[in-house]
Amino acid sequence: MNTLSNHTDSSFGKLLYERLFKNKEGVIAFILLAVVLLLVFPLCLNTFRLNLTGKYLCYAFVAIGLVMCWGNAGILSLGQGMFFGAGGYCMAMFLKLEASDPESTAIQSTPGIPDFMDWNQVTELPWFWFPFKSFPLTIALIFILPAVLAFLLSVFYFKGRVTGVVFAILTQSMVACLWYFIVGNQGFFGGINGITDLRTLNGWDIRTESAQKTLYYVCSILLLFCILVSRYVLSTRLGRVLLAQRDKEMRVRFSGYNLTLFRIFIFCFAAVLSAIGGAMFTLQVGFMSPNLVGIQPSIDMVIFTAVGGRESLLGAVYGALAVNAAKTAFSEAYPTLWMFLYGATFIIIVLYLPKGLAGLYDDHIKKWIFKLKPKSDSGTTPPSEDLEKEVPYAK
Amino acid sequence: MGGYTAQEIYSIVVMQSFSGVSLLCIYVLMGLGLYIIFGQMGVINMAHAEFLVLGSYTMCLFSKFITESVPALENIYVFLAIPLSFGIAFGVGYLVEWFLISRLYKRPLDTLLATWGLSLIMQQCFRTFIGAREMSADLPEWLLGSWSVNDSIDIPISGLILLVLTIFLTGGLVLYTTKTRMGLRMRATTQNRQMTGALGINTKMTDRVSFGIACGISGIAGAFFTTMASTSPSAGTNYIVDSFLVLVVGGLGSLFGLFISGAFLALLSSILEFFMTGSIAKVWLYLVIFVVLMKFTKGLFSDKVRS
Repeated sequence: MNTLSNHTDSSFGKLLYERLFKNKEGVIAFILLAVVLLLVFPLCLNTFRLNLTGKYLCYAFVAIGLVMCWGNAGILSLGQGMFFGAGGYCMAMFLKLEASDPESTAIQSTPGIPDFMDWNQVTELPWFWFPFKSFPLTIALIFILPAVLAFLLSVFYFKGRVTGVVFAILTQSMVACLWYFIVGNQGFFGGINGITDLRTLNGWDIRTESAQKTLYYVCSILLLFCILVSRYVLSTRLGRVLLAQRDKEMRVRFSGYNLTLFRIFIFCFAAVLSAIGGAMFTLQVGFMSPNLVGIQPSIDMVIFTAVGGRESLLGAVYGALAVNAAKTAFSEAYPTLWMFLYGATFIIIVLYLPKGLAGLYDDHIKKWIFKLKPKSDSGTTPPSEDLEKEVPYAK
Repeated sequence: MGGYTAQEIYSIVVMQSFSGVSLLCIYVLMGLGLYIIFGQMGVINMAHAEFLVLGSYTMCLFSKFITESVPALENIYVFLAIPLSFGIAFGVGYLVEWFLISRLYKRPLDTLLATWGLSLIMQQCFRTFIGAREMSADLPEWLLGSWSVNDSIDIPISGLILLVLTIFLTGGLVLYTTKTRMGLRMRATTQNRQMTGALGINTKMTDRVSFGIACGISGIAGAFFTTMASTSPSAGTNYIVDSFLVLVVGGLGSLFGLFISGAFLALLSSILEFFMTGSIAKVWLYLVIFVVLMKFTKGLFSDKVRS
């Protein structure tokens, strides 16, 4: 974004540069990701594969959210699927309403309502579907709904100082609750089948190849933008307080900070990121179902983050891509082997690579690269990584 | 009252309360193993439900073995299955603690992830080595029958056994933690690991045994769940959320709280399921739990500081 204005002397540009990228290495890593997403993938992959990659990138949004609230604030949420689903369902409801206009649903007993409602003897559009007739309102709800949900579900717990493992368990119960809610309301939300057969977005057919390509680009650019926003949040004092309370909660409390607000903020922030991912998912895949939202998918999202590196925003993106690609490659050919491998990944990452791929890069590969070209640029890379090594990962 | 006589209403109330008590027993049995692992040792075990399923499979396979090879024992094999399922779950739990959990005591959130990976591996083991199809135990005739108290009251035998088992296991657990040397060591290790080690107690061994015992209790509970439902490799996913919630609602580290929250959840879910369909009742049950926990963030009866 602002990479061009780096070298101007304007103090604002410089400040922004430092906040977003920290140093030259940060810029290079970010540009590398942008090149991979915007040039390498579209040139090397056919439309089917590109669409699949776009789907994985939607999970990268969730993974970034988890880096923010788990890696950098110590709040593990096993319920990100809930917010992913909230975003996804908002978008799906809008698309479904557009797909079920009175002409194309003329054979139903009540034309003009989604087909699954007609099958379930619902004769009238329920009130909570009305906002989804308008596109701007839908977009607004994709941001507002998960934020409100996250606020309501976390405010009392964070106030009561429920954190760590117990909060993780609670978020998992919440996502189970949402799953039962969708499955139980077949007439209103399509039940276990989900909302399917989505066709157009404001008259633009999302199923064509060109549309899928466009959506991929939209998704990538949005992802890069979200990374920058998250970077910015982490670089503020707010981000530093969150990091501090992850490692020494009591010390931060005694310094006079009210941690409740900080925690609620980062939890809501992660929720909104997940919801954006969910909405993009619906657009690219063309349906939304409760099985994309349940307990298992939510834990999968955590493992993407753990594999990529729980403290690294860029690492999380690579993690989401790598795990999903491996899943697609292995789970079709060797389903049994895949499950063993997947379970083992959880254990190995936790036991031997708590910082994931990003940690692997920081601790080993980076040294190796710098050994290859021993430039005397010791001033540009501050030894901050070495300090972080001493910090325990969880409370 | 719609043509019912007082006698009939009395019978309905008695039988309904009994089925409520059975549900309470199920909740307590689910939470009992977690009470040691999560409440006492402070370790989270997401593979807990798989230990229940392991117990169920032990029961199913053992019953198959007995009916095929030793029909003479057909009537009493259930009592042999209890120590067997305890033993197998204990052994697996002992090994899991040794190789996995013991490295993660200082990182509770990571334990959660690692044990989730373990649960995936265990599920896949069930699927690969036992079979993906649902399975149920061949129960002896007498267990399926019911006890007619009078003309209109029928109490199912399996429910009675469940009740006895729950009381027996809980009582045993209380005695174990408060009266035995091993239980004392377990509590000491939880409270202050270094000091306990300094006093010459093998804390690693204590951890292994405690974890094994908790898994073994889950195994027994799982074995008895076969009298009510069939078992499948992924049956654990139905248990996991409920068993953690029952413990969290009760308050970690409180056995009394576990009973009260079991009773609370049993009562609530039977009332809700009377009025609405299964999944919507589940939604309301969870919502009520969330609201209760918003007020009592440490659970209803907590007598320990949570980790």
